[in-house]
Amino acid sequence: MLDDFFLRALLAGIGVAVTAGPLGCFVVWRRMAYFGDTMAHAGLLGVALALVFQVAPVIGVFAVTAAIAAVLLLLDRRRALSTDALLGLLAHGTLAVGLVLVALMTNVRIDLTALLFGDVLAVGVSDVVLIWAGGAVVLAGLAWFWRPLLADTVHPDLAAAEGMRPDRARAVLMLLMALVIAVAMKVVGVLLITALLIIPAAAARRLSATPEAMAVLASLTGALSVVLGLVASLQWDTPSGPSIVVAAVVLFGLGLVLPAFRIGR
Amino acid sequence: MDHVAAFPAPVGPLGETLVRLSGVGVQRSGRWLTRNVDLDVRPGEIVTLIGPNGSGKTTTAKIAAGVMRADEGRAETRPGLRIGYVPQKIVIDWTLPMTVRRMMTLTARHGPAEIDPALEAVGIAHLAEAEAQSLSGGEFQRALLARAMVRRPDLLILDEPVQGVDFSGEVTLYALIKRIRDETGCGILLISHDLHVVMAETDTVVCLNGHVCCRGTPQSVAENPEYLRLFGGRSASALAVYSHDHDHTHLPDGHIRNADGSITDGHARHHEHEHAHDHGHDHSPPHGQSRASQSGQGHA
Repeated sequence: MLDDFFLRALLAGIGVAVTAGPLGCFVVWRRMAYFGDTMAHAGLLGVALALVFQVAPVIGVFAVTAAIAAVLLLLDRRRALSTDALLGLLAHGTLAVGLVLVALMTNVRIDLTALLFGDVLAVGVSDVVLIWAGGAVVLAGLAWFWRPLLADTVHPDLAAAEGMRPDRARAVLMLLMALVIAVAMKVVGVLLITALLIIPAAAARRLSATPEAMAVLASLTGALSVVLGLVASLQWDTPSGPSIVVAAVVLFGLGLVLPAFRIGR
Repeated sequence: MDHVAAFPAPVGPLGETLVRLSGVGVQRSGRWLTRNVDLDVRPGEIVTLIGPNGSGKTTTAKIAAGVMRADEGRAETRPGLRIGYVPQKIVIDWTLPMTVRRMMTLTARHGPAEIDPALEAVGIAHLAEAEAQSLSGGEFQRALLARAMVRRPDLLILDEPVQGVDFSGEVTLYALIKRIRDETGCGILLISHDLHVVMAETDTVVCLNGHVCCRGTPQSVAENPEYLRLFGGRSASALAVYSHDHDHTHLPDGHIRNADGSITDGHARHHEHEHAHDHGHDHSPPHGQSRASQSGQGHA
């Protein structure tokens, strides 16, 4: 059963899940799920632009999502617009523009389904390397900025007063999210990346006593979802990306009925 | 104005001073939240800000804490100043698992040897492993104070540190704040949640109302004509009570006398709740044993 393509898919999926776990915790704690969605949807525009300018899709996705994040960060700081409406505008606006651009490009054949829902069974060795390298950068960045990020999550003013430079930490968080979206797109696609960020984190919540425990548990839950989802996808010939997300949802449900015990206390 | 002359606005070199605001003003959407605020906090000094809602207390504290930038004037801090901050309101999202113990190391690394005594000092050592979200208002305030304390700050900035705490808890917390000051020699900038209540150990009261309306020792501010005009009002002659917010704790005079952590000025009236029990008491201001009255500084 463990064909080469399946092994690569497992490695790629686990790499993304382990990275997405701790980052997803921040998305949950900071109530940024819609924010993450917006960035992910903008990823499609990134792919389209990458094709136009003939650069690697990963670079296009990273550049566009990071730019969107920067815009959101600036607008949020000025409290210029209702964030909710603004996010909706950007999320669907960029998605729509991306779809239109992709459709206009008749000279290249693009598998739109793969962009939207991922195609993890088609990842190559270079994709796996990219995912693990990008993941390592993201995890290292998170570890480096963990305390300021957490302090900012609890109370931005407190973090600022006590010298945590929360502005810087926030910018780093956005960059790391852009990076994760760029490398995760191949695995679950733009529409389901947020699911991989928030569902494992949500599943880990009840079983965790500290933020650190939740981060680790979210990674493990995500990795388990990937394994279960891919095996199921192979077994029943279901699409792999959605299968992974379904597995994560099932694990979340199981977590709800588990007796309450806490890890990390 | 004579009371300003008696307690002059801070001038001269910074020296030992922890934080100095000179002529600070903050503007938001064309409106001045606060203006012309002068303020010094020196080591071992307790400065209390009082004032009505929207008078710029929190804004002033945030500028002192370096969280907000002043639109005019200057905020200077001693180089390398270590600040401990207790914000007015913290809501820890329930999705964030956070034990009290973990909360202590939010902005710096500390070992149990530092954390345990701090929790002990505020009286919540037994809650060390509890979820922060499960604490009562008073317990949470204590945890916040312990967290700020653990940092061994040079300057402690406390924005309404006794809010949501019942009267006896309030007394304990004020006593604790005094002890922190006495033992560590840190300076404290404290915002009082009640316009009419000031911690007895306060060295300087700064009364804000969009600007510095008056300043001085607790006693002198209580007797300051401008303070009386703005906040003492008509009740000054009729009522003088320690009025306590929200929890309606009855405060027999004996209680107040034991309250070495807080004094009431003699002109308070309650402005939000009706306290039927307030009336008919004989109100000699119960700050007989406070530092303020011993200092002998009346208003000029």
